[in-house]
Amino acid sequence: MTRSTKIFKYVCKRLLQGIPIILAIVIINFFLLNLAEGDAVDVLAGEAGSATPEYMAQLRKKFGLDQPLPVQLMVYLKNVLSLDLGYSFRHDMPVNELIFDRFAATGLLMTSTIILAVGFGILLGLLAAMRLNTWKDAVITVFALITYATPLFWVGLMMIVVFSLNLGWFPTSGMTNIAAFYEGWDYVVDVSRHLVLPTITLSLFYLALYTRMMRASMLEQYGQDYVVTARAKGLTERRITYVHVLRNALLPVVTMAGVQVGALIGGSVIVESVFAWPGLGMLAFESLFARDLNLLLGIFLLSSMLVVVVNLIVDIIYCFLDPRIEVN
Amino acid sequence: MENFWSRYKRNHAAVFGLFVVILIIVMAITASFLYPEDPFRLVGKPLSKPLTNGFLLGSDSLGRDVASGIVHGAKTSLLIGFVATLVSVFVGIFFGAFAGYFGGIIDDILMRVTEIFQTIPSFIFAILLVAIMKPSMSSIVIAIAVVSWPGVARLVRGEFLAVKNREFVQACHTLGMSDFRIMLREILPNCLSPIIVVGSLMVATAILIESGLAFLGLGDPNIMSWGFLIGAGRTMLRSAWWVCTFPGVAILITVLAINLIGEGLNDTLNPRLKERQ
Repeated sequence: MTRSTKIFKYVCKRLLQGIPIILAIVIINFFLLNLAEGDAVDVLAGEAGSATPEYMAQLRKKFGLDQPLPVQLMVYLKNVLSLDLGYSFRHDMPVNELIFDRFAATGLLMTSTIILAVGFGILLGLLAAMRLNTWKDAVITVFALITYATPLFWVGLMMIVVFSLNLGWFPTSGMTNIAAFYEGWDYVVDVSRHLVLPTITLSLFYLALYTRMMRASMLEQYGQDYVVTARAKGLTERRITYVHVLRNALLPVVTMAGVQVGALIGGSVIVESVFAWPGLGMLAFESLFARDLNLLLGIFLLSSMLVVVVNLIVDIIYCFLDPRIEVN
Repeated sequence: MENFWSRYKRNHAAVFGLFVVILIIVMAITASFLYPEDPFRLVGKPLSKPLTNGFLLGSDSLGRDVASGIVHGAKTSLLIGFVATLVSVFVGIFFGAFAGYFGGIIDDILMRVTEIFQTIPSFIFAILLVAIMKPSMSSIVIAIAVVSWPGVARLVRGEFLAVKNREFVQACHTLGMSDFRIMLREILPNCLSPIIVVGSLMVATAILIESGLAFLGLGDPNIMSWGFLIGAGRTMLRSAWWVCTFPGVAILITVLAINLIGEGLNDTLNPRLKERQ
């Protein structure tokens, strides 16, 4: 069997493994929905102000809420599979449309965060490993320790105090300047200016994480036999570091970037609500205040699926990056 | 014990962390003596700057004392951090011990469940759980425990796998000890040091999650907490920076100190691990 068919089989197997996880998440979601006090009819009745018990019973029948739980679960599964995540009574819109509208903003924030965190993390980790036990290494270690201990929302608020309110370099909140109606290039510049603080806030923790990982990974690689071989055949230290050690040390950092996506989504709820960034996290925050459970569950379901998909993609990239990985 | 302390104190940062945490615990216990007034009470001129009008750290937009809120909030953070960690360590030990000891299909099922809980984005899951159960001390503890046990389960499973085929365990089998007794009295004590290290770091994470929940308005409405103070002060950021700043510093110091203790415990309890790094 050639390697490419092996990889193809591996991908199929991983896809199949993802299905029960997604199914389980949908079922957890369904039970959470049922755990909550009151159902959609109670919400509707509450919205209308009053409703007779007969009318409520009629509505329950119409929505299938009078059916036994297993039947309801089947209906729910079918709905989720056809991408119907229910209705947000608060926004008067289907949940999937609301989520779709906000997805781009979150995608932008997360992409810029990952690029910043991974890029600088690799750079700083490399620096710390090459200047081991000097003041640069110590500064980087202390920076990582402090960053691990700082709550995200507080970093965001302090950024606003320093860079927006006192220095006036960046806007305090939002994604665009609503009063300005920018178009074309001006619009891009405007959005980027709004993007700076949320991105830095969200990426600080991961920056610290990747820095420490990269440092540890580099040090581990320096101790490997192939480095001794490379030295023995007379390669310069520069060449050993940049061509041999660096490339091998990158692997665990790539995996970690994939694993952290779930945590990144959680972080974006906080950062988006601090900076009023109009993405999924902000939507989750709003739905909390509006007690819009359908919407919150929809966001939860989607973000869980996103994690499954990203993990899958990282696994596949990984076996292309590292030919030693056993695909069986 | 003496041996333990002499090794622990070699790590100066860890000793410092321990000192800070003891200080915060004392502060939390004596909160009602230091600030006998209810921290929610309006006690003076609103938006007073730090060190004015008798406020050490200023007052918020309603005239509540920020310093009093911080002192009383310490109780909440520490309590939730410790209790949530205890609960999740117990759940994790339970799952991990059964999976590791019995292996086979039990292991498969339990590890699949663990995997699902590890896949779900934990902070959103915690938000959802607290929102559904209504914010209260117990719902916050449950939510934090539900999202943090999988790590412990994996760790305990690994330890059990490593120990269960050792000779002393086989001797226990020959003596006719029950499985339950072997797990609890023989294997578990051998796995305690990594559990203690992970547990101490989990307290720090639990405090961070709690403050995040309280910041989003999901704290217990009757109990003062650091996250709540920051969440309430954020609308006043422009005119009163101190309301948000000081509680955040309190969180930072507490979590940092606990992390230092965790690293110190790691060096003390797993000396081999340190040599390897």
